[in-house]
Amino acid sequence: MAELTVLQAVTDALRTEMRRDDRVVVFGEDVGKNGGVFRATEGLQKEFGEERCFDTPLSECGIVGTAVGMALYGIRPVAEIQFLDFIYPAFDQIVSEAAKMRYRSGGEFTCPMVIRAPYGGGIRGGLYHSQSSEAYFCHTPGLKVVIPSTPADTKGLLLSSIRDEDPVIFLEPKRIYRTVKGEVPEGDHPVPLGKARLVREGSQVTLIAWGAMVPVCEKAAAEAAAKGIDCEILDLRTLVPLDEAALLESVRKTGRAVVVYEAPKTAGFGAEISAILAEKAIEVLEAPIVRVAGFDTPFPYTLENLYLPDARRVLAGIEKAVGF
Amino acid sequence: MAGTLRPARTKQASEPGPDGRAELGLLQVIGADGAAAKTVEPELPVEDLQRMYRTMVLIRTLDERALKLQRAGRIGFYVSCLGQEAAQVGSAQAFEERDWIFPTYRDPAIALHRGIPVVELLRQCFGNARDRVRGRQMPVHYAFREIRFVSISSPIGTQLTQAVGVAHAARIRRDPVVVAAYCGDGATSSNDFHAGLNFAGVWKAPVVFLCVNNQWAISCPSAKQTASETYAAKAVAYGMPGVRVDGNDVLAVYRATKEAADRARRGEGPTLIEALTYRMGSHSSSDDAARYRPSEEWEAWKAKDPIDRFRRYLARRRAWSEDFEHEVVAGASAEVQAAIEEAEGTPVPAIETIFTDVYAEMPPHLREQLEELRRAEAAGRGEEEKGEFPL
Repeated sequence: MAELTVLQAVTDALRTEMRRDDRVVVFGEDVGKNGGVFRATEGLQKEFGEERCFDTPLSECGIVGTAVGMALYGIRPVAEIQFLDFIYPAFDQIVSEAAKMRYRSGGEFTCPMVIRAPYGGGIRGGLYHSQSSEAYFCHTPGLKVVIPSTPADTKGLLLSSIRDEDPVIFLEPKRIYRTVKGEVPEGDHPVPLGKARLVREGSQVTLIAWGAMVPVCEKAAAEAAAKGIDCEILDLRTLVPLDEAALLESVRKTGRAVVVYEAPKTAGFGAEISAILAEKAIEVLEAPIVRVAGFDTPFPYTLENLYLPDARRVLAGIEKAVGF
Repeated sequence: MAGTLRPARTKQASEPGPDGRAELGLLQVIGADGAAAKTVEPELPVEDLQRMYRTMVLIRTLDERALKLQRAGRIGFYVSCLGQEAAQVGSAQAFEERDWIFPTYRDPAIALHRGIPVVELLRQCFGNARDRVRGRQMPVHYAFREIRFVSISSPIGTQLTQAVGVAHAARIRRDPVVVAAYCGDGATSSNDFHAGLNFAGVWKAPVVFLCVNNQWAISCPSAKQTASETYAAKAVAYGMPGVRVDGNDVLAVYRATKEAADRARRGEGPTLIEALTYRMGSHSSSDDAARYRPSEEWEAWKAKDPIDRFRRYLARRRAWSEDFEHEVVAGASAEVQAAIEEAEGTPVPAIETIFTDVYAEMPPHLREQLEELRRAEAAGRGEEEKGEFPL
């Protein structure tokens, strides 16, 4: 066991998998000599050479398009998009190509590949370095969407994502890249995709979150406990495929649900969680489902702390659910 | 063969130059009378030449029949490549079996030339249970793994960056593979054309970009697509040779492609080839070119038909006879007819094919949706059987 940050866990996973499987290549803007703008690929070019860790021209469409080609050929591309906010030029390649290749070719061609991207607010990045746009990808059949919230999960889920036979959008909560540390098993310890993590057991209300909202929920739950409210926290870890069984089990136990996400509220992935609960667990619900989310605005710079759900807003949501 | 790869000249050649000379950057081998320019005539065995001719006749036969099937409502849609047979077959002949092909939806002759039987194409057009892509795509969106003919999508140009990815991966694996990346003139305006050629240039990727310039992107002529005098000229800015070739001259296309493929295989990087041809048909079965295209233009290009031209060449080489023609035409008709009968007689795909191949393994939510659909279908059939379901 080593104590690592989320960011160090990314590097550890990439290094571990590149050592284990010589088909794995890592590339993107500034990932080579510079080790990426966040240093997630630090030392990889030095260890594995320029053929396995390389810089690309500044074109997300080119990065993902070539990644699709590499995957078709049978190597294992791990492409970095510098910020999730810059992924849109690659949207066509992700949505029309990577996601649909297996289906549209009847399995003749497949795209096992990972697109890594730091995402989310909290680093004073303004409109274009803060977005949390996971819902676009969750809305596209053929993609898997994975978001870790701890160093151990970051490593374990990234290992599984690289080994997966389908394209994976791997979103890294950059706000907790360096602020969250934790024990990470050394060597090869993959965490399976499609399984949620029970962060905290509780009886009165389930907080459902992913990425950087998980520690926010933990803080809110501690504050709620001081007020005598017992919260359960579920970290979804994989949005697609969703661990619906874990979701339903928890809410059937607590009877209340607060969904916390930093994306704009409308049509965010929390809306889907709410719909599933309404469809399949309405008979156990003691209160309306509460969504604590970002606002339906672009992401603000100076006032980002007011935009992002924090423990105070989550606590208000908890009290609304419990006090109904 | 050295010498034909040079930066493209920028002067427009609306008319082919004098036979046997690469005038105005337009490489030609076969003259209008079928005579070859000896200095550039490729050395191909007669069997290969005849096989190329067979493929050209076969795709034309299929196109003619398939359009009629569409008009009769027997298939839902079709895209003909009428007039562009030489650009496909000449280039396809230049690649090796291990090479990868990224085609457009107007390049089916490449699949035929690489050994795919007509029936495979028709199964796809009918979207039946034996269709490789399981009835999921509109007609002409083929995929054939065994000949490395990569799945076709409808968005324009997306295959160009992917082709560079395959080429780069092959080089990392030390495989002497060359990748053929086809696109039309319209695709040169796409993001992926720029990204693909730029990445290929920077990475010196073993790719041959084949821009089949049929001069029309649905209703838009080249003048509305680019201010560049030629498409080949674009290669200069990406640091690769640009070659302009008469796309109705199957041997000129072969020669330019072979040279570019050899160059790529030697590790010398990508080439952009512009094959100037003409889309003799409408964009697709849903389009009517008479709405926007002058008929004189069509008449002028009809006189440059690539199959007629190649036939005259073969006759001069004593590789063609009336008997041979009869055998080729009759063989093509019989193959297409038999394929139609088989494809049309095959049932539609099973219901689960809606849900399979979305992921390698079907996740729980898709399994649930499949079961829901099955129950609804079974209930619906039950109603029908009782005669209570008004149809």
